[in-house]
Amino acid sequence: MRSVVEGARSWEFCNLRKTIGNIDAPSTAQARGPPPPLSWGRKYASKRLMEWINVILQGVLVGGLYAMFAAGLSLIFGVMRLVNIAHGDLIVLAAYVALVVAQTLGIGPLTALIIVVPVMAAIGYALQWFVLNRTLGDDLLPPLLVTFGLSVIIQNGLLTLFTADSVKLQAGPIEVATIRLAEGLYVGVLPLVQFAVAVAVIAGLQLVFYRTALGRAFRAAADEPAMAQLMGLDNRHVFALAMALSLAVVAIAGVFLAVRANFDPSQGPARLIFGFEAVIIGGLGSLWGTLAGGLILGVAQAVGAHLNPGWQILAGHIAFLIVLAARPQGLFPKVRP
Amino acid sequence: MTVRVAFGTRTHWVGAALGAIAFVALAAAPLWGGRDDLQLLSEIYAYVALASLWNLLAGYAGLVSVGQQAYVGLGAYTLFALAILFGISPLWSIPLAGVVAAGLSVPVALLVFRLRGHYFAIGTWIVAEVFRLTASQISALGGGSGTSLPVAMVIAIAPTRQLRDFTMYWIALALAAAVLALIVWLLRSRYGLALKAIRDAELAASCSGVDVYRIKFLVYVITALATAMLGALIFLQKLRISPDAAFSVNDWTAFVIFITVIGGIGRIEGPIVGTLVFFALRQTLADLGTIYLMMLGLVAIVIMLAAPKGIWGLIVARFGWQLFPLERTVLSEKAQKR
Amino acid sequence: MPEVLLAVRDLVAFYGDFQALFGVSIEVGRGEAVAVIGANGAGKSTLLKSIAGLLHARSDAIVFAGEPIGGMPAFAVAARGIALVPEGRGLFPSLTVEENLLVGGQLGRPGAWNLRRIYELFPALGQRRKLPSTALSGGQQQMAALGRALMANPQLLLCDEISLGLAPIVVREIYARLPAVRAEGTAIVVVEQDVVQALAAAQHVYCLQEGRVALSGAAKDLTREAIAAAYFGV
Repeated sequence: MRSVVEGARSWEFCNLRKTIGNIDAPSTAQARGPPPPLSWGRKYASKRLMEWINVILQGVLVGGLYAMFAAGLSLIFGVMRLVNIAHGDLIVLAAYVALVVAQTLGIGPLTALIIVVPVMAAIGYALQWFVLNRTLGDDLLPPLLVTFGLSVIIQNGLLTLFTADSVKLQAGPIEVATIRLAEGLYVGVLPLVQFAVAVAVIAGLQLVFYRTALGRAFRAAADEPAMAQLMGLDNRHVFALAMALSLAVVAIAGVFLAVRANFDPSQGPARLIFGFEAVIIGGLGSLWGTLAGGLILGVAQAVGAHLNPGWQILAGHIAFLIVLAARPQGLFPKVRP
Repeated sequence: MTVRVAFGTRTHWVGAALGAIAFVALAAAPLWGGRDDLQLLSEIYAYVALASLWNLLAGYAGLVSVGQQAYVGLGAYTLFALAILFGISPLWSIPLAGVVAAGLSVPVALLVFRLRGHYFAIGTWIVAEVFRLTASQISALGGGSGTSLPVAMVIAIAPTRQLRDFTMYWIALALAAAVLALIVWLLRSRYGLALKAIRDAELAASCSGVDVYRIKFLVYVITALATAMLGALIFLQKLRISPDAAFSVNDWTAFVIFITVIGGIGRIEGPIVGTLVFFALRQTLADLGTIYLMMLGLVAIVIMLAAPKGIWGLIVARFGWQLFPLERTVLSEKAQKR
Repeated sequence: MPEVLLAVRDLVAFYGDFQALFGVSIEVGRGEAVAVIGANGAGKSTLLKSIAGLLHARSDAIVFAGEPIGGMPAFAVAARGIALVPEGRGLFPSLTVEENLLVGGQLGRPGAWNLRRIYELFPALGQRRKLPSTALSGGQQQMAALGRALMANPQLLLCDEISLGLAPIVVREIYARLPAVRAEGTAIVVVEQDVVQALAAAQHVYCLQEGRVALSGAAKDLTREAIAAAYFGV
């Protein structure tokens, strides 16, 4: 029986070592000419500092990705009090859809997005309408068990279709391109782009929730479903739209996953857990809090990984447990009026 | 006027009789069964017990945990650690593993009880992951690839292999029976009454003076203890341990949940029925591998949507049977005079 | 005689095994104001909830503008032009006052009411438009709930005990706005325990007692004795 959750290192950090590099290896800047006149001690210290800044930077960039995993999750919980255990598996599903689309049509990941997002959104709408709407209610067991069953079905379905082999979606030269921010400080273009997109997605969701009629409908149905009905809102439709939106975000996350590193059908649960940890660390009910939570989780994992590669995921869990112990409502919970 | 409360309906005598017969027949299994039969039966006992415990936690106490594999693995690793590092006989380690797990479950509960509902569920999963990752860092116990039980310790259990098989089998049967007995005893006690009140209407229960937090805590610790003992026994029988196997979400949580849901949650008979159905499916369909798992997931979903009370729930609704005497009835004056 | 907008015929209603209505029949004409009075538990709110689609009913038990709407889900009933101001206001706590009003207008039905006119009708709301709805006083919340229902530009407005928990002066203030609502041609059904206010606001009165219509007549024709007898059942 294949292990459902992966080992101590997650795919998000596969490139961490590559980007930070070896502290003693000459950097490309040094290779260009004679080093500036610094004492050896200060050079070592500033290199150490650079190394740590790099670690934190990588953590922040991955954290944006975690925040995107979390955003879809917290959206659904906010609107209909449902925690989708299959959330991570749906991200992996989106990754495979992107792979298939890109390979059959011969297009790049960015273009594939145009197809994957609507496809996943449609899946989300149908899933909510036909299955998950039936589970909503006071009892928390039905939605939990149904989404759990869904998780098993998706994972094994993907295993059957694609086998357990790792695959990856090629994005071309952007994958290895780096930008030099400062002496010894390099950041990958792809992680930077993904981070920017993650922030944009969260900002977009904020916009939808607080400035549009749809967002008002979401919040009204979340507050008082019966009252919302009186306003002419069909809750089944509103919830299905919320799930469609969540899976649209999942689609973007899935494409990023596909491009960033090798993936396989068993990667779902870890993504769910990271997303969940980001939500709890950041605080329930606040999307920007979720972003902060993701960043903190990413940095915790990066620091852990830097101390010892086997500690990476564990460090994230410990950060989560510390927040749970010290401030269970999260660091930036939305205070309801 | 005093009021008498009686347990059970007429069918509970049928249940008691069936149970006694089954127990005797199963205890005699070494006489009529081969090695494979004994191993299969041991597995069934383990799952009946694990599912019953999960049912107690989720169906009665309302604590839906997706992280019980934490204690299965903890119990197993405690046994291996005690054997390998301290040379303690595995048979003694089984109850010791339970005690260790009970102790560790207290701080865990203090943490995860801060979460509610779905978030509690995932929180327990994360705790299990922490246990798994920690275990894979302990090189003395084989790290990420695991280790085996020293041969000397295995031989120390009993002189011949056949006797060892019989001993482990009887321990498995005894442990499962003890777990069931514990659960029945708990539910018949006033804790059981409180649990049913909590399950039906938590707020009303707490207003009636039920200390909801304390009872849930108690149930969580007891379940952790029993689950760890089962985990220790399971891996004692396997003779080998690894973090992925000991803390497997699939083996110790997914299957357990499916068993309980399909059999019928919130009723004692449910996990027993569910385990039988599960193993029947497994024996016939397991060759299909991943398709079998997908079918399990699908069946669980369909049952949750169409018959949320599971197979036994349907039976109860249709026939009103009850094999375990747990329903309390206030006897009418006429019945009391009898 | 105004054309009949809403006809309720022999309506029965159950909460589980408990029967709340035993064959209630009322009629509301287009643009008319009707009061339904009765003691606690008489079935007044149940009647409104059934009309609004929150409770199940026989299809032809409720006929609105010639169409049988009994048993239709609430959102479908709302789409046809019936708006309910529910008991207890039912404002959305995480929305601001203005957002609550906007949700009321979600359907986009054409008509005289819009944000600007609601703020004209209830200036107190206009001053507090950006506040969370929970920051309002009881009277202001009732105005907000009323405004929210009006934003849907309904043909029929159902008001469930809008005087509940409010000081008499505030109640009078709110009832003083109802003529402006009727002026736009909206029919109103007012459910009240405050008999005086209800009689003043309506042309026709029904009195419910234990799930049955005990009295029905034009407001000006009914004597206090008749009303007391029907109300209390003595």
